[in-house]
Amino acid sequence: MSYLKSKFHHPKLAKNDLGLTYRDYEGALSTLCAGCGHDAVGAALVQACFELSLEPHKVAKLSGIGCSSKAPTYFLGKSHGFNTVHGRMPSVATGASMANRSLKYVGMSGDGDTASIGMGQFAHVVRRRLDMTYIVANNGVYGLTKGQTAATADKGSHTKKGEEILWSAIDLPTMALQLGATFVARSFSGDKDQLVPLLKAALCHEGFAFIDVLSPCVTFNNHATSTRSYDYVREHVEAGNIADFVPSREEITTKYAEGESKDICLHDGSLIRLHKGKDGYDPTDRFAAINAIEQHRVKGEILTGLLYCDPTLRDMHDFLGTTETPLNTLDEKTLCPGNHALAGINNSFR
Amino acid sequence: MKTINSVNEFVIRFANTNGTGSASANNMFAKAIFRMGVPVSPRNVFPSNIQGMPTWYDVRVSEKGYLGRRAGGADIVVAMNSQSMMDDVQSVEAGGYFLYDSTKEIDPQLMRKDITFLGMPISAICLREYNDPRQRQLFKNVIYVGALAALLDMDFEVLKGLIADQFKGKEKLISPNVHALELGYQYAKTNFNCPLSIRVQKSDKVGNRILIDGNTAAGLGAVYGGATVAGWYPITPSTSVVENYEKYCNRLRIDPASGKKNFAVMQAEDELAAIGIAIGGGWNGARSFTATSGPGVSLMTEFLGLAYFAEIPVVLIDVQRAGPSTGMPTRTQQSDILACAYASHGDTKQVLIFPSTPTECFHMTADAFDYAERIQTPIMVMTDLDLGMNDHMSDELSWDDSRTYDRGKVLNAQQLEEVEEFGRYLDVDGDGICYRTYPGTHPEKGIYFTRGTSRNEYAAYTERGEDYVRNMERLNKKFRTAAEILPQPEMHRQNKGSKIGVVYFGTTNAAMDETFDLLRAQGQNVDGMRLKAFPFAKAVEDFIEQHDQVFVIEQNRDAQMRTLLMNELDIDPAKLVKVCNYDGLPITADFISATILDHIAVAPASKVARG
Repeated sequence: MSYLKSKFHHPKLAKNDLGLTYRDYEGALSTLCAGCGHDAVGAALVQACFELSLEPHKVAKLSGIGCSSKAPTYFLGKSHGFNTVHGRMPSVATGASMANRSLKYVGMSGDGDTASIGMGQFAHVVRRRLDMTYIVANNGVYGLTKGQTAATADKGSHTKKGEEILWSAIDLPTMALQLGATFVARSFSGDKDQLVPLLKAALCHEGFAFIDVLSPCVTFNNHATSTRSYDYVREHVEAGNIADFVPSREEITTKYAEGESKDICLHDGSLIRLHKGKDGYDPTDRFAAINAIEQHRVKGEILTGLLYCDPTLRDMHDFLGTTETPLNTLDEKTLCPGNHALAGINNSFR
Repeated sequence: MKTINSVNEFVIRFANTNGTGSASANNMFAKAIFRMGVPVSPRNVFPSNIQGMPTWYDVRVSEKGYLGRRAGGADIVVAMNSQSMMDDVQSVEAGGYFLYDSTKEIDPQLMRKDITFLGMPISAICLREYNDPRQRQLFKNVIYVGALAALLDMDFEVLKGLIADQFKGKEKLISPNVHALELGYQYAKTNFNCPLSIRVQKSDKVGNRILIDGNTAAGLGAVYGGATVAGWYPITPSTSVVENYEKYCNRLRIDPASGKKNFAVMQAEDELAAIGIAIGGGWNGARSFTATSGPGVSLMTEFLGLAYFAEIPVVLIDVQRAGPSTGMPTRTQQSDILACAYASHGDTKQVLIFPSTPTECFHMTADAFDYAERIQTPIMVMTDLDLGMNDHMSDELSWDDSRTYDRGKVLNAQQLEEVEEFGRYLDVDGDGICYRTYPGTHPEKGIYFTRGTSRNEYAAYTERGEDYVRNMERLNKKFRTAAEILPQPEMHRQNKGSKIGVVYFGTTNAAMDETFDLLRAQGQNVDGMRLKAFPFAKAVEDFIEQHDQVFVIEQNRDAQMRTLLMNELDIDPAKLVKVCNYDGLPITADFISATILDHIAVAPASKVARG
């Protein structure tokens, strides 16, 4: 069940450019477990949309099946949403975008929904560079069915029941990089300072933006032998490129010394200002990104931050050559060639 | 030896090897007959293979307009494939003709005394005339068409005209092709008694009809019906539906100002994604569709349940082939009826419509988008391989320019301002169909979360039994409403009101004129009803009620339509007699009439009715 939240809020709550408060971006009261990382992901998304002053109804949220995919109920209550079938959100998002390219699409998925049943659809939505923000709330475990291992769980780590995980883990950011995503990041649900700017940049990026968010499961995967627990993730996170998001309307000021930062300009004029970490690499270099992820993994570290971004590459609609006008607004005058066009067609079949 | 004597009433079979370029020559032959004003129905019988396997092209020529497949063998066989030669000789009707390449001597054991062998050294002629090995192969086909022109007394000018049309823009290919035609024509004139006892004569039975395949017509129907989003995955025999949609869109749907496309087609990674794309587009207010065949329907079933329950308009064109599993992928059947009607787990019922001609493929596909948006549910256009991939003589395509698309119950921003209350699943009008909104319409109103889980009238998640039942009952009410919106059955009643009825649908229609005539010749005047849609209209129930015995004619093993009628209309199974052909070839009038007459002889209608 989803419960309605109290609409009451403090009269002096901060307003954004649209005159909306943070509360306008919230959803129904969460029914996820207390302390679930997914709620923090939702809250970060709410903050990102609020701070970007996105019109809530111009955002569409889509999901598959699982705890992560239930989460869209709990954020952006003034956005249309579609909770589809297990592992198939990418195709529905593709069709939705084909029908109306003017909305912002946010896909919320999980490790089972993306790395197992939805692996095929995930691979292909990356390939077609759908203009969307695709979030995986990655906890390495199946929550709704109570504790089975997911394909992103580390080989050699243990389940809550003590069973060793025998199978190689799938690293989704590496896959996304190989398949042509134009924005790839990883973050941690417990690090809002990192996650919110990444989400803002992803939402402003035109093209396929992928964020793998380590989002611990307090009920089934928060034990001492897990590598997806809050404690383990905190201890092993290695923030690579730290991203600040600078909206297009703001004056650009720099906190970093010359040579330490790099700006990536997005389509809408906003900037991602990157502060390179100690092992910093050029985040527009795809090979360097894959290399860095793998080197950290070998060391037992989880590399987070903006892993890769190239805003110059084309998205699905560029490839398809779709008209700028949303297709769902075209009427028969534009769509139907009319009876006169049939004369020639009929003659070609005589 | 008796010979078959016939003008404009015969079957000719071309036996070829696939991948040798025979298709366009055979097609030219059929089209020439058509241009001479004689009704014709060509059917390609082909393997699931690219090159080197036997393939046949049967052309039925029928002044009487019998366009279903004819039972039995062919009156003339053009044998160009030594691999299938033995079968091909056997497939000639007694008194018929066998035209073959005599460059290599035919095995004397193959010779039959009751048919005429027409040997023509086609390979030798090509070897003499052409240097390029590819030309030697391709022109063999044109040469035998030229020979047939002489043998069947066809209008040579018509053939020349067809060549000119075929190579428009590549004019230098015209004269070599005409030369090849002449080579065949002259050889036949010189060496055979032309014309044969079987021949063609100009007629006026074609009228303004066209010769078109159902997939092309369905693709055009999607263009005219305003489809803008297509997700698809290649599968025989449906592939050419979306290919044609895209081809005509590239001609007719380019925005003149920007040069950009007023449509979007995505070849998906599989059928799961293909229907997912179509559903995503439908949810977002675009007219969306996919096309597939049986194995694809199996894969799409989960999504079809979502679209039924979440009430998403979407169109699926199912070009049926012989299942189960991979089955016979290049043979025809009507065997997805139950899989589609009840597609998905739980209590689901889907809307099906059944075109029987390419012209109906065009109109019904266009109409399907209206039905989908009006009823807010998937609409499956049930065609088959015979209809989809073969050319059929069909009424010319036309469009009523005053027609507007029925976008169904959709509230825009202004209407949302005016309504007191919005509930996505609130049955305001009492017909089971609720009002929906497109994402992004209004900042505050009409926003909801679409889901496959149970919900109340306001789209809020619920697991309360009464809420769930209320919703399921409303969906049933909507399904009953659908029966009134969908096309009504077509009736063929006799004057005196027969006690025997026959029910049929789809491509079986092509065999029915001949069937009725055959039955009449045996003193059986039966009433016919062609089904066009599921859920069944009241008229369907009435027709069955009015007859003591009803034969249900279909092209599958298990009498799936009969099951659907029994199940949905509570009909006594004893009243419905199954007439099923499922060998993968289109059903014939001979088979239908013989099965019906056999049954009547064993169990007269009156006895069956009394039980």
